[in-house]
Amino acid sequence: MFEICADPKSLEGLTWLSCYLTSGKHMNMYWAFGTVLLLLAVTAPIAMLFGFFGAMAARSQYFALRLIGKGYTGMVRGVPDIVFFLFFVIALDQGIEYIMHLLRCPDWTEPVRNGLEFRVCPQAKVPLGSAPQTVHQFYGFMLAVLTFALVFGAFAANVLYGAMQAVPRAQLETAEAYGLSPAQVFRRVLVPQMWVYALPGLSNLWLILIKATPLLFLLGVQDIVYWAREMGGAKTQAFDYPHPDWRLYYFLFLLVFYLAFTRVSEIVLNRISARLSKGQATAAGEAMRKAGL
Amino acid sequence: MTCWETIGAYAFRSIGYGERLLPRTDFTLCQQFTLIGSGLIWNVYFGVVALIFGFVLANAIAFAKASHNPLVRKPAEWFIFLFRGSPLFIQFFLAYEALQMLPRAGIDVFGITVHTSWTTKAWAGALFVLFLNTAAYSAEIFHGALRSIPKGDLEAAEAYGLTGFAKFRRIQWPTMLRLAWPAYTNEAIFLFHSTTLVFFSGFPAFQQRGDALYYASYFADKTFNPFVPYPIVAGYFIALTLLLIWLMSAINTRLNRHLPSNMSGKIRLRPQVIR
Repeated sequence: MFEICADPKSLEGLTWLSCYLTSGKHMNMYWAFGTVLLLLAVTAPIAMLFGFFGAMAARSQYFALRLIGKGYTGMVRGVPDIVFFLFFVIALDQGIEYIMHLLRCPDWTEPVRNGLEFRVCPQAKVPLGSAPQTVHQFYGFMLAVLTFALVFGAFAANVLYGAMQAVPRAQLETAEAYGLSPAQVFRRVLVPQMWVYALPGLSNLWLILIKATPLLFLLGVQDIVYWAREMGGAKTQAFDYPHPDWRLYYFLFLLVFYLAFTRVSEIVLNRISARLSKGQATAAGEAMRKAGL
Repeated sequence: MTCWETIGAYAFRSIGYGERLLPRTDFTLCQQFTLIGSGLIWNVYFGVVALIFGFVLANAIAFAKASHNPLVRKPAEWFIFLFRGSPLFIQFFLAYEALQMLPRAGIDVFGITVHTSWTTKAWAGALFVLFLNTAAYSAEIFHGALRSIPKGDLEAAEAYGLTGFAKFRRIQWPTMLRLAWPAYTNEAIFLFHSTTLVFFSGFPAFQQRGDALYYASYFADKTFNPFVPYPIVAGYFIALTLLLIWLMSAINTRLNRHLPSNMSGKIRLRPQVIR
């Protein structure tokens, strides 16, 4: 990056370190932090959406819809989330390719699943075999986002379902007495009131989501865990910057990153919670009133 | 190979007994059920041992965090923050790299050589991380319960002349456990779930002896079919979770036996403590 870094072997001490930390591969690693933040920014709203519809389905008056909703909210309870991560990435990939296969090659006669092989016609490959590397990476990332959103949507559905149940029954009955239709009751009374009850669960979920991001590594995305292993491994003299096994320090850095991220999130979430509780007729609001805030 | 032969060959494969080679072609449903079930031995081992030792440490840390002495309280707070604020996945990686830094030849303590190579093995290293991790999560739960012991209970204890250790043993500790038990059950369930991370996080599966998810991903990789092995793991874990809930409910009933039946805390699964 800097001029002085042209010949790394001649450097020593701090100059060596500054050149080392700004090498091309390290820049890739710093971008990977961006990937993690991007994943969080994209996943959180999608997961909320999934969770919202999951909770709605679980409260539905139609049995089939309720079964789907209950199944979705229940799926994360008994089974480790990492099973879903490993499962969905392959299952989604194969599902998408199978649909493309049906659309693009209707007269393909060979079976798709033949013994140990999953083979679709070449035009149905997603992304196409001829696509550039960046498209493959983008597709992998989107699969990861979808997987995260599906799993965390189930967690969010649990929280939102609980929050919807927590809205006092009298509020809904009053709305019904005023002649509001079920849809109106839901939209105008239930949804605006449920957020106060959902906030503790959702803040918790956000912290869990942060802590789940290293699992991106298992989904085949080149994330910070991948780079920490890659960069930290011992480098021989054949490399520009030879060094012994430094993976410990790289992982220590990741640990500090996550601790700091968690702490900052906690502080922000506490502020939001305090702001929402102010003047509310809840225990938290009452405590604030007594403290004279 | 009949199914009975398969079970004989692979039922204890994960701990090194039976057939050495894993199946490579012609995967049968029986093989997948047997091997994945065999891997479950590891999940149960990690979960049970970490839970038992973690329980003891969690009690100590919870009381340390409730202490008035900052020299005792601060380390407990930091310990809990460290393990609850960072991903378990990173903790595994970090512990593995740290344990690898120990000298290969062993450490000399007063003339006796203490070997260190066993610490990088999953059965010890990963167990140690899980033990500390569950201790931190449980300590936070116990600390919360400790703070919500009704004031009247403690005053009543003092009125009866119970002080110091007697008060702790007969009033504080049982009440804390009783209040914390539903949340602790939840923690135990998610500890079992997080044992599946072990063999994906640096700790090598020596001679392909892995846990349930390790074998499931082995089959998924070989057959390109995720729709068989992963549901099998899911089924095993649902069974394990139900067994755990049943066991913890039995303890919960015992802890609440002095209360009228409508007052005991009900165990409800709240999926909020994955790491």
